[in-house]
Amino acid sequence: MGVFDEADDWRERTLEDVLLHCRDLVEDPTFPTVARFRETGGKVLGHFQVYFPEEIAHAAGMLPVKLRGAPLDPDHAESRFGSYLCSIVKTTLELPLAGHLKLDLFVSHPICDAARNLAAIFSRNFAHPSQILYLPQNANSSHTVTYLRAEYARLQADVEAVAERALTHEDLRASIAVFDENRRLLRELYALKRERPWVVAAEDAYALVALAGMLPREEHNELLRWVLPRLAARGGKAEDRVRVVFEGGFCEQPPFDLVRVIGRACYVVDDDWLIGLRYLTDDVGRTDDPLHALAEAYIERSSYSPVQHDLRKPKEEMLLARVRGADAGAVILAAAKMCEPGLEEQVAYAQSLEAAGVPFLVTELEENMTSFSGIELQLETFVENLLFA
Amino acid sequence: MERQSEGLEELVGRASRRGGELVRAWYADLTQAAEDGRGAAYVFVMGSLNELLLTFDLPVVFPEVNSLQTAVRRVAHEYLERAEDYGYSPDICGYVKADVAVQLDRGKHPMGRIPKPSIAVLTNACNTYIKWAEIWERLHHIPVVTVDVPGTREGVTKGRADAGFAEDLRYVTAQLHELIATCEALTGKRFDVDRLRQTLSYADRMGRAYRRALELNRRTPAPFNALTDGTVYLGVANALRGTEAGAVYFEELVEELEHKTTYGIGALGDESYRLAFVGVPCYPIFRRFTEMFSEQGGAYVGSSYLWFASGGLNRDFEHDLSRPIESLAEGLLLGVRDAMDSMFHHDRLLESMIDLYQLDGIVYHPIKSCRTVSTGLADGRRALSERRDVPSLFVESDMMDRRVVSEAQMKNRIDAFFEGLAARRKRRGASMAEEVAR
Repeated sequence: MGVFDEADDWRERTLEDVLLHCRDLVEDPTFPTVARFRETGGKVLGHFQVYFPEEIAHAAGMLPVKLRGAPLDPDHAESRFGSYLCSIVKTTLELPLAGHLKLDLFVSHPICDAARNLAAIFSRNFAHPSQILYLPQNANSSHTVTYLRAEYARLQADVEAVAERALTHEDLRASIAVFDENRRLLRELYALKRERPWVVAAEDAYALVALAGMLPREEHNELLRWVLPRLAARGGKAEDRVRVVFEGGFCEQPPFDLVRVIGRACYVVDDDWLIGLRYLTDDVGRTDDPLHALAEAYIERSSYSPVQHDLRKPKEEMLLARVRGADAGAVILAAAKMCEPGLEEQVAYAQSLEAAGVPFLVTELEENMTSFSGIELQLETFVENLLFA
Repeated sequence: MERQSEGLEELVGRASRRGGELVRAWYADLTQAAEDGRGAAYVFVMGSLNELLLTFDLPVVFPEVNSLQTAVRRVAHEYLERAEDYGYSPDICGYVKADVAVQLDRGKHPMGRIPKPSIAVLTNACNTYIKWAEIWERLHHIPVVTVDVPGTREGVTKGRADAGFAEDLRYVTAQLHELIATCEALTGKRFDVDRLRQTLSYADRMGRAYRRALELNRRTPAPFNALTDGTVYLGVANALRGTEAGAVYFEELVEELEHKTTYGIGALGDESYRLAFVGVPCYPIFRRFTEMFSEQGGAYVGSSYLWFASGGLNRDFEHDLSRPIESLAEGLLLGVRDAMDSMFHHDRLLESMIDLYQLDGIVYHPIKSCRTVSTGLADGRRALSERRDVPSLFVESDMMDRRVVSEAQMKNRIDAFFEGLAARRKRRGASMAEEVAR
């Protein structure tokens, strides 16, 4: 029995029912799949945005859970922060403070100035270990992969201590194989979004990706293997809608209702929502040194986001490549409120889109925003301008 | 005695005067470099690598210091508006935006003219450094070298005893070798290891004196104001790090502070309460902000700013000149790691200050502009208050943006804080008297 569904009969339901269940799970701030995993005696590693080498936790039998905030009020966490902060850091702390999520190990990354504080904050609030995984911020040194391999080895030792289990190369290879399959399935989902966006609603695609961060990956693979052919078998044809790329969801997530609103107004043919779960763009593969392979994949075969500087990947060019690759006609350029890297990147993105003649809509988002009428109106006007230009 | 008094008179205030002169002369040199069309190395205070860049005769620009200057000179709003008109959000770092305005207006700055960058060298001590350098990369198409310094993974650093220290050091050293190759290609000059030894030895002299100065402020009365005087010291420490003038400045500062402690001369005439400051100062109303404390006898004897913005000078480290590059890498690793810890785990470091500096109170000043420093302040305050009984004040504003500085509101909070300190002292006095009577 898995943790995706309590009754475990989901394969007998309709596709619509299963997608509804997926959306419910993702919207539920109590993380029921994680709670069920714990009930079986499993241990949980919570990793904050953006990328984390989940294979290492998985190999040790832990559940790696993507901490992406939640649509709730930070009643307990509010007093632990000042005013000028993004919402996601507050709600991420709120989840365990409110008892919604219980962790055995917390890992943050130096993705931004706020997130780097989280490990210290968690360590002051919880007894379980909390640490920073120092993903390299110089992607262009000849020593970077060597360093990252050593950093992964250090993380592995800490994971082993929490999981009370020593890992072998073979354990890691087996996990990498599971995750490679997951990456392949997620690429398939995104190919569907690009090629036949009318068969998969934006919020359904979003929920299917998000579940990767809260299910054992084997179960997620099984879910995708079940869902994808059924989505592909859907009929229908393209409506007269604008094909857009959504950029700005690499860390704080748009609320589900916002994804719905956007999905109703246009086809979201590519995006950076939960990009960390899709960061490695190719298979890691089976090698003698799995940690080295993971490190190399992060540096050499990965996507982009405002929080990774790589001279070989100017972000505005990467965005333009994403737009062209998805044959998109426009971009929704969002940034979370108070998000330093997102707001800074927005300026460069806007300038390059302008220069390339790609229409774009600039907006701000917050995970617990509840009113969408303003953005709905903005979107409608934007879309109408494009359709009737 | 008369001669001693005369000497003393000359000595007191010398560091402030001299600090101002040095910073003005430094800006005059930068203005000259801009007029000569020489490109500069743009660096940041946490891990500037000034010692290395000076060996290539590169003028070194600290954009953080430039931005700070616009705020203390009360023109920051003009710069912020210029950058916001260009597209930057009101919610991002004000230092970044003031610098964007400087770049857009061809180096125009209240202290002179800032040369364009020919290279940017940064560490990851602050993530915004990386985003900031990307702006120069786009505006000026210059090489950007990020020297990635892995911080403490869990808790605070144990220095060389940190797990994985040797691997981290190899990584930092390799990046320094790559930086040297980039500088050689950029300037056409061969790296001169003996010049590096020289700049490192000046930095060591500066560091020794800097630490002694911090130590002297444990005395009562404290000889310098950690906020106002401290900011001048930090300006010189960063701008002149690795130079003889910088080393001499701090050695003379120690001489002045020793004299002040010998004669019981405090930075404040009436030092009633000894305070520590956590965060970055409120530069848009810097003088008034400080006065709101000093007028009530509040003396700033220490600050987290004097740790994290000192480029590691606060840390007891001296370079091994027999292996200068490796030693520079080690100093950088230890210094930047320490700076990060002092921001993320300020509660632990403050705890060690309470008795050493005989603190009566702690002032937390989170700011809109800097999430590195500000994100954990409220939680650190909560945690520290559970361990130690020290009154504290939490007052939010900004280091650049006067739109979020409310002087009247601030004054009310500060007055209430001092009333609390006074009441506490009175209570303690009464209970001590009772104890004696018993």
